[in-house]
Order: sequence, then structure tokens, then C-alpha cells
Amino acid sequence: MRVAFERPAGLTDCPTHYCPGCTHGIAHRLIAEVITELGVADRTIGVAPVGCSVLAYDYFDYDMIQASHGRAPAVATGVKRALPDRTVFAYQGDGDLASIGMAEIIHAAARGENITVIFINNAIYGMTGGQMAPTTLLGQLTTTSPAGREAPREGYPLRVAELLEQVRGVAYLARYPLTKPPEIGRARNAIRKAFQTQLAGKGFSLVELLSTCPTGWGMTPREALRWVEEVMVPYYPPGEFRDGPEDPGGGPSRKRVG
Amino acid sequence: MEELVLMKGNEAVGEAAIRAGCRFFFGYPITPQNEIPEYMSHRLPQVSGVFVQAESEVAAINMVYGAAAAGVRVMTSSSSPGISLKQEGISYLAGSELPALIVNIMRGGPGLGTIQPAQSDYFQAVKGGGHGDYRLLVYAPSTVQEMVDLTGLALDRADHYRNPALILGDGLLGQMMEPVNLPPLSHPEDLPVKPWATDGRRGGPKRVINSLYLQAEACEEHNRRLQAKYREMEAGEQRWEAAWADDAEVLVVAYGTVARICRTALEGLRDRRLAVGLFRPIALWPFPGPALAGLLQRGRIRAVLVAEMSAGQMVEDVRSVVCGRVPVAFYGRTGGVVPSPEEIGQHVTAVYEGGAINAGCL
Repeated sequence: MRVAFERPAGLTDCPTHYCPGCTHGIAHRLIAEVITELGVADRTIGVAPVGCSVLAYDYFDYDMIQASHGRAPAVATGVKRALPDRTVFAYQGDGDLASIGMAEIIHAAARGENITVIFINNAIYGMTGGQMAPTTLLGQLTTTSPAGREAPREGYPLRVAELLEQVRGVAYLARYPLTKPPEIGRARNAIRKAFQTQLAGKGFSLVELLSTCPTGWGMTPREALRWVEEVMVPYYPPGEFRDGPEDPGGGPSRKRVG
Repeated sequence: MEELVLMKGNEAVGEAAIRAGCRFFFGYPITPQNEIPEYMSHRLPQVSGVFVQAESEVAAINMVYGAAAAGVRVMTSSSSPGISLKQEGISYLAGSELPALIVNIMRGGPGLGTIQPAQSDYFQAVKGGGHGDYRLLVYAPSTVQEMVDLTGLALDRADHYRNPALILGDGLLGQMMEPVNLPPLSHPEDLPVKPWATDGRRGGPKRVINSLYLQAEACEEHNRRLQAKYREMEAGEQRWEAAWADDAEVLVVAYGTVARICRTALEGLRDRRLAVGLFRPIALWPFPGPALAGLLQRGRIRAVLVAEMSAGQMVEDVRSVVCGRVPVAFYGRTGGVVPSPEEIGQHVTAVYEGGAINAGCL
């Protein structure tokens, strides 16, 4: 019998706790496929955040570190500075990265830390039960914006990729939705380029993945995918924002410490 | 080869850490400890080490967490308000059983307080500080030489127990210069390997650094393991020094800067033939309670005076050891005021003469 589809090396044989229709599983798979493809699984260290993906340390078959809320880029910095020849990635949601961890992500980017960050933007706090995120769209209902997010009351949603585009030290930056196969293919390609950027020692790389949260949004999986396409994509335009360091060769020296 | 040099306390801590094989420093500026990051920023590159000025104390302690997870000797330093910011990260280090060195060069508080020396972070250092049931190994140097010696010891014990260790100094110790004997330079590759470190699985099974246990029973089991480790530390890591304790009728208990001021004061009183002695905890946690109780059991001591640059923090631990056997008096200065040997001497004398057991607080 021919195997047509299987779990990629790099993911453990462990059922995930993710809800039906959630795209975390796709994001995990893309990362695992890329790391296998690049042949760096044995020297990869991943950093898991606080949020729905807190248990990512169970799902990835790499050495993993669980970080406190928002601090994954600082933890990844510590690992990468200690072990410059390893591949280090942080996996963060939007509450983790764009709210409590905004200082850590901006400064890791500004230092040109040679790490890769996978940023899951689903416009809501999933794990804690659907509260407003910094990326929650105007008009969006959440458990802490029950009348819908309104700018005079709750402010505007943050566009992380556009913000980081201004930061020197960023060597690769892209945003893609995890919706249809062509978009997922582009996301996969972006993740590969992000890790290749790190392997080439070029500096900070980040891929923002527009993701679903059917449970938090109160939608079916199909409705959630359509909502990403029709509501999120217009506000968070996909594409490559940076491919190659703005300042080639200007980053910190990364001598092996012995 | 040892070498004798004149150094500031803060710089001595940095050099001692490097000599003990620490090559990674993550910090953020705050007075009165700035000489530590400044020293490390020029000294670490000379030994192929890494210095990073983080964007905040919060980021710095999490960089420490990452480097510790990667298996290297690593440290950070700060002063009181900055150490408050690091508490969540310290709790994670303890919960994930990661060794690291944290240096607190204390200043007066609460709030922004002052930049002058104080000892008002004792509770924070020895009772927890962050959330959850955990303990740090806490060392309190009272000379620049001891800043050197205890820095090396703290890094070593931290690795041994897979537990964060804290040097509790103050602005006076950090800023003063004294001659110190520096130990020879150790090389990181000579340190014991850490098979638990997440440095890439390299063909083996994956490893995870984590403090999350979603099931209550599993989290309790984790806590039991931690508590067993803390009992082991209590059994093996108590450190103290006693002076003139054999014939003392009044025993002064003090640590760090205040212990050294007390020593000067007691020398004067001993010249006047007052039977006064000094008990100086060197490890603040585990607290050397049994040694103190041992001195009390001899029956000569009729009163204890605890002196601190705080409103009375260590005195609570002393009282729990003394347990009402003799009166325990307290003398403290706060807000960055350093007591003089003369004022300490006056209060010891008053206790000695039996008239000031409950007086003299602040």
C-alpha cells in the first residue's frame, strides 16, 4: 500500500489539543517539514510561548524550551548567543508577541538576532477564552470587547509586519494566510526562506501567519477560513516585506564561544 | 595562579564570575551596580564571551533563562527595583531547575527609593520574591574578597543543584575598593557537562525545559521534588561566621555591610571588656539557624541584637531560631542610611546593660 500522506519527521506522535479548524496544526507541520528539508533537526532548539501553543514543546520533536508570556525572543536570544551554530526558533501568538512581548520582539529584531520567529496572528486570545488581542480587528466581538472593538474605546489593531519593516536588523519578513493550498505553499516557502536566512547568518527573520480561531470567533472551520480571507487579509496584506538584510554584514559578530 | 589586585566590589564580582567559567552576561543599567555590566562589556569579549545589554531587566533575565537552558554558565546583575522586575523570570528559572547567578546590589526602597545602600530586599531574596514555592541559594558577602569567593561558589552550587543562586550585596560593597586575591581563570570546557541542557538533540531523544504541569497531581509531584532538593540544600549549604562567640553574653547578628560595621563596633567594646560576640550568616538561605541555636544552647548568651539596613527583616528568622529563649532586640537604619560603628556600639552597650531590649528600632 502506498503512503500518500503522513506526519512529518519533526512532529511527535502525540494528539494535539488544538480545536477542529484551528490552523496551528498546519503551522507546526510547515515548520517541521522545512526543518527536515534543511537537515537541521538534530541541532534545532525551539522556544514555545504562553498561549494556545504553550504545549508546542510536546508536539515538536526537537529540544524545546517553554518561555514566560511574551519573552520567547529574549529566551531565543540567550540560546542563540550561547550556541551560535544551532538553529533557534520561537513560536508565538499575537497576545504573546504583539501585546505583552512587544518590547522583546522589537529589540530582538533591532539587534538583528540571528533567530527565526513564527508569529501566529489569529486576532484573538485563544487559550484564555477569546479575549481581545492587540490584533483584534475593528468591530470584532470578543469576550472583553463584547460590543465590538471600537477605536475610541479599545484603540486600533497593530500591524506587526509593517511595524517590523521599519526596524533595521530584520533580514527576512513575510506574512501569509493559512487558508488555501496556494497560500499555504507561499507560507511554507516563506518559512523556508526565514530559516535559510538564519542558516546564512544574515540576522532576524519572522513569518506572520494569518490563522483561524473558530472556537474564539464562534464560527465553523469553513466560516473561519472565509473570515481570514475576507476580513483579515484586507487589513493584514500578505506578501514579502523584506528579503535580505538592509545592512548586509553590519550585524554583530557571531564568533563561536569555546 | 592567584593574583592580588585592587578592585571595586562590582568589578570584582564580574571578574570572579569570568574566573569561575562564566562567559555570558545579560543585563540592564541601574545604579549602584553599573560597574558590573560596564566591566563585563569590555572584559567578556577578551575571553570569547558574550555581553548583551538587554532592553529591560525582564528581557535580561529571560536571556539568562535561554542561555542557562542551553547549558552555559550565565549571570545577570541589577539593583533592587530591577531585581523586582526579574522576579517572574527567577521563578521560571527555579521552576524549570535552571542554574544561573543573579547579583542584587541593593539600594533603599520601596519604589524608586534611593541609590544609597540598603538591605531591605532580604525578604524578597530568601522568602521567594516571585510566585510559587521555591528557594534560591542566597549569599551575603561582607568584603570585596568575599564578593569574589561567593561569586565562584554561587556559580558552582547553582550548577550542582540546578538552581538559581543570588548574591545579595549592597551599594557600599559594590562601590568600595579593596585588595582581592583572584582565583585562576577556569575554562567553560572544563566544567561538568549538563546532559539535561537543550542544546540540540544530536541523534538522541529530545529534551524539554519547562515549568508547566497542567495536571494538579503532576505539578504537586514536581513541587515535592523541588522541596526535596531544598531540604538537601538546607543540609549541605549553611554558611556562617562567628567571632568572640565563646564568651559572649550579648550576641550581635548581622550580615553583609552591617556585619562588618558591627565587627568594628564590637572590637571597641571588647577592648572595654564587654563580653559581646558576632554571628554573621554568610548564606542567608539556607539560613544557618542550627549554628545560631547551638551558640544559644551553651547558655551564656542573655540577649541578641540584630542589626540591619532595613526596618527589620532578617530579625524575623533570628527570632524564629531564638524562639523566646532570650530577648531579641533590633536596630535598623533605612532609606540608604548606613549606621556608624559608634551608633551600633551604643545600641549593643544599651542591650548589654539590659536597658534597651525593645528600644532602638529606627
